[in-house]
Amino acid sequence: MLLRPMLMMSIFLLLSACTSSPREPSLYDALGQREGIANITHQMILNFAQDERVKHRFKGVNMQKFKIGFTNYVCALVQGPCEYQGDSMKTIHAGYNYTNTEFNAIVDDLILAMEQCGVPVATQNRLLAKLAPTYKDVVYH
Amino acid sequence: MKIMAIKKMIVPKMLLSVVLLLPSLFVHAVTDTDLAADQPIKRSRLLVTGGATTIEGSAGGGIVPMAVISGYGAQEEQSATAFASYVDTGDYQLEVIGGSWSWRNRVELSIAQQKLTHDSLTAALSLPSDSISQRIISAKVRVAGDLIYTRLPQLSIGVQHKKNLDFLVPAAVGAKDDSGTDINFTATKLILGGLLHRNLLLNANFRYTKANQTGLVGFGGDKNNDYELLPEISAGVLVNRHWLLGTEYRQKPNNLSFIKEDDWQTVFVGWFPNKRVALVAAYVDLGEVATFKDQTGWYLSLQGSF
Repeated sequence: MLLRPMLMMSIFLLLSACTSSPREPSLYDALGQREGIANITHQMILNFAQDERVKHRFKGVNMQKFKIGFTNYVCALVQGPCEYQGDSMKTIHAGYNYTNTEFNAIVDDLILAMEQCGVPVATQNRLLAKLAPTYKDVVYH
Repeated sequence: MKIMAIKKMIVPKMLLSVVLLLPSLFVHAVTDTDLAADQPIKRSRLLVTGGATTIEGSAGGGIVPMAVISGYGAQEEQSATAFASYVDTGDYQLEVIGGSWSWRNRVELSIAQQKLTHDSLTAALSLPSDSISQRIISAKVRVAGDLIYTRLPQLSIGVQHKKNLDFLVPAAVGAKDDSGTDINFTATKLILGGLLHRNLLLNANFRYTKANQTGLVGFGGDKNNDYELLPEISAGVLVNRHWLLGTEYRQKPNNLSFIKEDDWQTVFVGWFPNKRVALVAAYVDLGEVATFKDQTGWYLSLQGSF
């Protein structure tokens, strides 16, 4: 009786194996290159400013510097022609004891920023998949 | 006179600005809810990650629980949900209401009250009653992992203590006990961009149980009176962050020689407009249920999160 769900599962897996067609734009291009990433970052910062969960964390932070740093970080992460010269995610966040709640809030604000910038769902998910593994370097250190 | 003049000036201006603001208010209506900028904030986890509520009260899909903790509370928050569900397969109707409380994305406590109406069975067997009720009290603990942020799937263990409140008919068909406790071992993973760049939800549950038709027909029977470990699986795709399409499969015990019990399947669509409300509609195939074959029909479930 497990046959039918097994079949459904294999169809899911087969489909996912065929996802990367050769003509698909790179994630960097899909995000609108460096300018697109900078726009998303800008919108995300505006969202931070309205978000009670995290806005206190940015008091005294040079947001212009943050914007350039985050833009370059994402740009480099998605194999764009940028050099991220900042510290590692682990080093930057060490000692602040950022919480699971705050990490979720940041992701919420990023998703919202991408929605506001009209980034398609597929592109959003591709970027989130790249960023999600940073969780272990950011939270509770 | 001057004041009147100023008022006359201000009012149209205000009207004008309200009219001008309206489109932006409309556009931002969803975003403000999503931001959860209202306080106290108790819904920091991402949309859909609290799942819907199963007919047994645990967070999950419709018939298969998931390892997720109900509501949207992150690890520094609490959360609560309330739900109402309805299934109609022609010969049977099931109504369920209940709710849950969750703590720090770690513990989920829930209660569900089920009422199964069986008019066809009553008519066929000239039974003295036309419904069976059951109360389920459950606890679930997230043991390890995170649905999204760790490589390890989210792993949970849950117990569902079930008390059948109308044991007359279940006893008549051979059920041994009017109460039982299911134990669920569950693993759930959301793979970001996992299917055609859509987020893919994969879930497997192993249920240690002797419940007949979830317990509505009692626990254990003449054919088998032992607990068994039975697999249940579900999978879904988030078309976007508001719409989840999925399917579930639940293997069932077959403890009674008088009435055959089939495995259950669903195909569902879940709508999560924001972190307060979720609506799930499903097509269900319950197979043969207490002598009535081909019990297929519709399922609707509404969940509110607090």
